[in-house]
Amino acid sequence: MSANLLKESGPREVFCGLTSIVWLHRRMPDAFFLVVGSRTCAHLIQSAAGVMIFAEPRFGTAILSERDLAGLADAHDELDRVARELLVRRPEIRTLFLVGSCPSEVIKLDLARAAERLNEELQGRVRVVNYSGSGIETTFTQGEDGALAALVPLLPASDARQLLLVGTLADAVEDRLIHLFSKLGIETVRSLPPRQSSELPAVGPGTTVLLTQPFLTETARLLRDRGATVLKAPFPLGTEGSRRWMEAAADNFQCPAAKVRDVLDPLEARARIAIAPHREVLEGKRIFLLPESQLELPLARFLHRECGMELVEVGVPYLNREQMGEELALLPDGTTVVEGQHVERQLDRVRAGHPDLVVCGMGLANPLEAEGITTKWSIELVFSPIHGIDQAGDLAELFSRPLHRRQLIHPALHPKPSNHPVHA
Amino acid sequence: MHGVHYVLHAPQGDTYADLLFTMIERRGQRPPVTYTTFQARDLGGDTAELVKRHVQEAADRFQPDALLVGESCTAELIQDQPGALAQGMGLTMPVVTLELPAYSKKENWGAAETFYQLMRGLLKQTVPQQPDHDVKAWKHEGRRPRVNLLGPSLLGFRCRDDVLEVQRLLSLHGIDVGVVAPLGAGVEDILRLPQADLNVCLYPEVAESSCSWLERNFGIPFSKTVPIGMGATHDFLVEVHDLLGMSPPEAAEGYQRSRMPWYSESVDSTYLTGKRVFIFGDGTHAIAAARICSEELGFTVVGLGSYSREMARPVRAAAKQLGLEALICDDYLAVEAAMAEAAPELVLGTQMERHSAKRLGVPCAVISTPMHVQDVPARHSPQMGWEGANVIFDSWVHPLMMGLEEHLIGMFRHDFEFVDGHQSHLGHTGGAGAGNGNEGLHESGSLQEAPSGQLVWTVDGEAELKKIPFFVRGKVRRNAESYAREVGCKEINSETLYDAKAHYKA
Repeated sequence: MSANLLKESGPREVFCGLTSIVWLHRRMPDAFFLVVGSRTCAHLIQSAAGVMIFAEPRFGTAILSERDLAGLADAHDELDRVARELLVRRPEIRTLFLVGSCPSEVIKLDLARAAERLNEELQGRVRVVNYSGSGIETTFTQGEDGALAALVPLLPASDARQLLLVGTLADAVEDRLIHLFSKLGIETVRSLPPRQSSELPAVGPGTTVLLTQPFLTETARLLRDRGATVLKAPFPLGTEGSRRWMEAAADNFQCPAAKVRDVLDPLEARARIAIAPHREVLEGKRIFLLPESQLELPLARFLHRECGMELVEVGVPYLNREQMGEELALLPDGTTVVEGQHVERQLDRVRAGHPDLVVCGMGLANPLEAEGITTKWSIELVFSPIHGIDQAGDLAELFSRPLHRRQLIHPALHPKPSNHPVHA
Repeated sequence: MHGVHYVLHAPQGDTYADLLFTMIERRGQRPPVTYTTFQARDLGGDTAELVKRHVQEAADRFQPDALLVGESCTAELIQDQPGALAQGMGLTMPVVTLELPAYSKKENWGAAETFYQLMRGLLKQTVPQQPDHDVKAWKHEGRRPRVNLLGPSLLGFRCRDDVLEVQRLLSLHGIDVGVVAPLGAGVEDILRLPQADLNVCLYPEVAESSCSWLERNFGIPFSKTVPIGMGATHDFLVEVHDLLGMSPPEAAEGYQRSRMPWYSESVDSTYLTGKRVFIFGDGTHAIAAARICSEELGFTVVGLGSYSREMARPVRAAAKQLGLEALICDDYLAVEAAMAEAAPELVLGTQMERHSAKRLGVPCAVISTPMHVQDVPARHSPQMGWEGANVIFDSWVHPLMMGLEEHLIGMFRHDFEFVDGHQSHLGHTGGAGAGNGNEGLHESGSLQEAPSGQLVWTVDGEAELKKIPFFVRGKVRRNAESYAREVGCKEINSETLYDAKAHYKA
């Protein structure tokens, strides 16, 4: 690999792991996410997801008060009480996630023990697990890593030969990938997280794991500990990444090469047609990605290799070099990859670099637009069906859209002074 | 405000608060906030040093006229005393330390306290020995009276337009506005606060403590009526005129300047009489709404409450006048229970009450923060003054079923389109079932009457189509069929669907 790997520290502009609740609650509608934290935590979740109107709450916050800070015994009793009340209100909940936050981690509230205690009390009616989504420990998508890692010990054991897709996928994408794998001859394909928290897939020595998302370091480690083989592959973004990702599984399951070609070649040809109009917009454009989700490297790889974009800087909140090895190898020589952030200095570099498109969080997007810099807000990538060969066109469209939009409306909204009177 | 920078000692992730300004308020600038964004690994080291580095960087980079220094809930636990640290750094600008107890106080208190501390910090040197303010000084100085508008802020409810509306209202009466604060004010504006004849306290939750400090120390009185609603706007004008020593305004002014009174009197509004309404919000907006509902719209208020403990007393008094017991609490489940108990036909509340109202199937309008992005609209939408009353009439009546529809649904309950609970003026068909019905009609039509007559959807193709969100499903179906005809294939399966998708680039 020949990317230029740099590190930076300073003020950061990222989400904490609690934000993972915003999509995980939809993936597993029978689960409830109870954050143990402060009003700030409650406010974060409510601000992020509260624009949707919920008839039934799917998440909540047990807010620590001054009384809880005074003595730990109290806090545990309080937590038990809140959890019990919640389960009375929502008897259909099957899994309760106790989610740690900065305040609960700083005062060392033992949520693992609380989960154990509640599990005993509830005796299998509801499973209670715990993970941390605190900002001091996790950045944005790392919350999902924590949630999935918390589920790994609960997975039933099995030696059966199977492919396990790990990481949240859109339902339609999941169905599509399972269909394609079956065409390759891989019959048993399961997903983690499942669509119902009570239908956990099994794991064991016969399990081959494909990570669908790049931020699952801890989950991958725990799956390995349970005997699964975690494949090394680029991530399934774009035609190339998706193809190599599927080929990694095909290889592991010893699918005949000819069959793999028969299934994947037409998909690849079709994807190229789908990408083409977006490539026209994106080719030669310079892109700057700020750190957010760890999706930045695979995205940069796709945008460069399949859409012809130039990479000014690729920021990542955290870089697992081993897991990202395949991706780094596919980046052009000398690509600047910055792990960590000093947001002020990074913005200085954005302004100095005059990129055509900046991928950034929503705290920065509108202010940059107001400076005349086109942005693509990055959170959307976690909420969109972007995985697989068939989605490559849609993925490219997410990046061409803001540029297309600017072309479309800018001339009318910023008319050039003209000598022609309107009523000529 | 401008020229004021805030250094907030907070863990990584608390920068989500920027989004409230860049997305909900849709601002084109970053908030003037530097977060220290410490992480777990910093806790082992010197977090105090981290604070000092960020304070210095913020002071150097942004060169503000004044610096606020405070802590978030997590930083409060590790007790680095960032304010004291910043005070000792020899900075050239005034530094205001904020003590905001995150585990016992909330947002509005924090805003009120910050505004108060900043103002007090900037003005305390100029406090006179004896307050010698003359509220009628404008008369012998031969100028128009001048008032400050205190309380409006970002993330307040419709503050942007309320300020414009109140400015216009006062201007019509020959009253000038000196300083508007905190919204849009700078340090120089805060220093000008004592030059006004009178303070107008528009949002007591944010500005009451500051107004009473200015009254105690400079002798400047402040108005206590919040001009939301016809009656309250009139009372507000009377109060301000009286305080400034002006002759009282025309009683009929509201009827002439606002459409709301006539709209409410016209026969179309008769069916509003006695509609049961449940009101919850911050103290100011809840009290105002209760008066409008009972005196100006003819509703029956069946529940009134607020999450503002600081406003508990006036809310209780307003409830008592309506023969109700006020609900003072910040537990949304308790609010929902009270709402269900009161069985209202309309809920006027916050974003949270929209959730409960959805659960109970009751129409709802938002009258107070907390709010979301749809309540920071592009159009002029004040709540205060004469135009505010117009806005209120439209937005509170809108969620209710229109009169004719209400009658017809009451008479004929077996309709296939206008089913129970359906509100056709809101433009949706009510539930996913209706959408599928249309889809079904379209389906048989296109299959049997297609010119080729031969197109067949496979089970697999149909299943794939079902996964398309229903609002674009029709288009995807049409595209797939015309694509199939174009390439001459008779059967539409999932592959054809994807082929068509790539072909039409959508």
